[in-house]
Amino acid sequence: MGTDVVNSLEVRQLAYAYPDGTQALFGVDLSIARGERVALLGPNGAGKTTLVMHLNGILTAGHGSVSVAGTPVRKDTLKEIRQRVGLVFQDPDDQLFMPTVRDDVAFGPANAGLRGAELDRVVEDALERVGMLAAADRPPHHLSFGQRRRVAVATVLAMAPEILVLDEPSSNLDPAARRELAEILRSLDVTVLMVTHDLPYALELCERSLILSGGVIAADGPTRELLADSELLAEHRLELPYGFAIPAV
Amino acid sequence: MHVPDGFFNAATSVSAGVVAAAGVAVCLRGARRELDDRTAPMAGLVAAFIFAVQMLNFPVAAGTSGHLLGGALAAILVGPYTGVLCMAVVLLVQGVFFADGGLTALGVNITIMGIVTVLVGWGVFRLVTGLARGKVVIAAFLAALISVPASALVFTLLFWIGGTAPIEIGAVAAAMGGVHLLIGLGEALITAATVGAVLAVRPDLVYGARGLARPLVLRGAEGESTTVGEPEPVAATRSLKPFLLGGVGVTLVLAGLVSFFASSSPDGLEAVAENEGFIERSSDHLFGGWALADYGDVGGIPVGVAGIIGVGLVLLIAGAVAYAARRRNEIKV
Amino acid sequence: MGAGHRHQLYLPGDSVVHRLPPQCKLLAVFAFALVVVATPRERFWAFAVYALLLAGVVMMARVPLPYVLRRMVIEVPFVLFAFFIPVIGLGERTTVLGLSLSVPGLWAAWNILAKATLGVVASILLAATTEPRTILLGAQRLRLPGLLVQIAMFMLRYMDVILDEMRRMRVARESRGFVARDLRHVPVIARSAGALFIRSYERGERVHLAMLSRGYDGQMPIIHDMSASVRQWGTALALPAVALATWGLTW
Repeated sequence: MGTDVVNSLEVRQLAYAYPDGTQALFGVDLSIARGERVALLGPNGAGKTTLVMHLNGILTAGHGSVSVAGTPVRKDTLKEIRQRVGLVFQDPDDQLFMPTVRDDVAFGPANAGLRGAELDRVVEDALERVGMLAAADRPPHHLSFGQRRRVAVATVLAMAPEILVLDEPSSNLDPAARRELAEILRSLDVTVLMVTHDLPYALELCERSLILSGGVIAADGPTRELLADSELLAEHRLELPYGFAIPAV
Repeated sequence: MHVPDGFFNAATSVSAGVVAAAGVAVCLRGARRELDDRTAPMAGLVAAFIFAVQMLNFPVAAGTSGHLLGGALAAILVGPYTGVLCMAVVLLVQGVFFADGGLTALGVNITIMGIVTVLVGWGVFRLVTGLARGKVVIAAFLAALISVPASALVFTLLFWIGGTAPIEIGAVAAAMGGVHLLIGLGEALITAATVGAVLAVRPDLVYGARGLARPLVLRGAEGESTTVGEPEPVAATRSLKPFLLGGVGVTLVLAGLVSFFASSSPDGLEAVAENEGFIERSSDHLFGGWALADYGDVGGIPVGVAGIIGVGLVLLIAGAVAYAARRRNEIKV
Repeated sequence: MGAGHRHQLYLPGDSVVHRLPPQCKLLAVFAFALVVVATPRERFWAFAVYALLLAGVVMMARVPLPYVLRRMVIEVPFVLFAFFIPVIGLGERTTVLGLSLSVPGLWAAWNILAKATLGVVASILLAATTEPRTILLGAQRLRLPGLLVQIAMFMLRYMDVILDEMRRMRVARESRGFVARDLRHVPVIARSAGALFIRSYERGERVHLAMLSRGYDGQMPIIHDMSASVRQWGTALALPAVALATWGLTW
């Protein structure tokens, strides 16, 4: 890493409590360099989703700071931040709300001001990258779950983000769809932060992992080493699937 | 209770349209103060919810069933201004997409089911929460209970003034009030249960009960905790004055316009009988010079003109106030 | 998901009526309703012509007649009310089939029935030939305040969510033997309503977050061109224009 290279993502001392008083984050620190693929692991209720919501300013930090490619997340930078951080939600039905796949992928770039032929080009390019161009004019709710998740990825890619944040990308996918998504993710040339408790998927796609537990980062290191430390995993309610062993290099 | 086309005479429909437009315009301004960038989605959700729950018919007594109106619920969940907007949108969507409630009766529907239920519901709610702090669920129950018969009585009153059928107000008011008191009981139960359930799980979503934040805690590597910063206090209550003033204004407009129009539009067959002598009569009126005043449910092109002018007026007022609200908002941010 | 849209009136098609821009149709239906309501109830001929006009639109839009008739049940409560008016009405009375009825009441009942029916059919035709989302875009073009259009947009989006939740909860209730019979069962429905709100709110909140994450700032981007040509305005406004002419002729 050169000294003039700005990290894709910097989070400092982030704390947050929900309006009903429940505190979810208790001072999170993490940084991700440009081009890295990082997995964020943690049990249910660790604050993973809350953390993700801070990355593009949906939630505003109660304390601490978040910055994306050097730009701090603040009220006046929100528009820029939301273009740089591409958030893919766990449930594609939450993400797809327009009548056709094409309109849905166009939603983000159109909000950024693109129109006409340029908009069409961006939309088709994004759909091409996830292999869904053929379904462009179909209503999203007629697609299979795996296809919908790929369209959800395309809606975000169309905004040419600096960092792609995926919430549980492998959940509810059948094995083939799971592998296809992995291939797509590997082919993309963007920084990726993948929130998951699918440990083999993390191992397959990310060299580095973070463990979020109790609202703080409990571990940070190469995925292979973290997953080999069974004591660490047990402490944070993480488990490898039955019969799974870390393959030798 | 969705009133279809042809139920009220043109004068009443137009006056109610003006009242509804003015009410909605006031609320468009007020709503911007109640909620932030979640205004539209939250209001949309409450509107969709009310729409859906209106389909849950609950049995009242042998043979009759009633459904939720939702005005009190909307007011408590999202605040009175946004509540009126929710109700207006529900009625608009029902009228346009589902042919439930006439397009020309939209003003009447918004007035009696939107504005009246929200005003009465919110008024009762604030009164009860003011007398007994923290009794949000009980207040919700009473607010909903009273808002329904109130709405039914206003309907009866309007129908007596400007309905297309002659009725005896006392008997109809008693019948309507009685049935709707029972419906109000159902409404009260649903409203109280919804508010109670939301209060238990997501208190931050209930407009009528705000302010529950605690200071933040930082956890260090060794498990030590430090407390940082007091959360900014959320204004728990807002001045009720503008809303009440708006309500009084609406009531005045309603009373003034409707009674004025009604005086120039005779009911029933009388209208036909007086048709010929009508034009001579018109100059006797106080507002005789105003073309709209002369034409009631009697017939002839002028009714259409009255309608168009009324609609134009409605759009003009709504547009102007919405525009003013937008400008004000930009300056503030 | 796939089952979401059955509650809406929209019938996909490709007729002249379907292709008209929504703002034209909205204005046409509204103007038509105004003319109908303003027509004095003694002009039976005018009402007959209005009905024929609507029948013409039904044919042009190729909306099946049974579909329209089925949707008209929405009117039923008021039809009942209309039949009741002659019985309770005041004024001169007449005897029909041994019943003493009020003459002004009879006129009023006819008035309500005729006008409400025409209004309902016109609205059904609008909804059957125009997608709800497009109607809203049309309303936006007709300068309906933006906040109202947005609330309505979200309402339509969340409606599917809520109706799906509602169906699941009803199935859960009924599969345990619950049937609503009288006022004592209201608490059960009331508790369901509370749970329904929380469940659909959390879903709706996620949809909204997804929109925010893609740069939504309170304005729906207009991706498709929606402008209407003079010809299209002419076609749409022909309906209220003919109605108005009828009104003039039956003077």
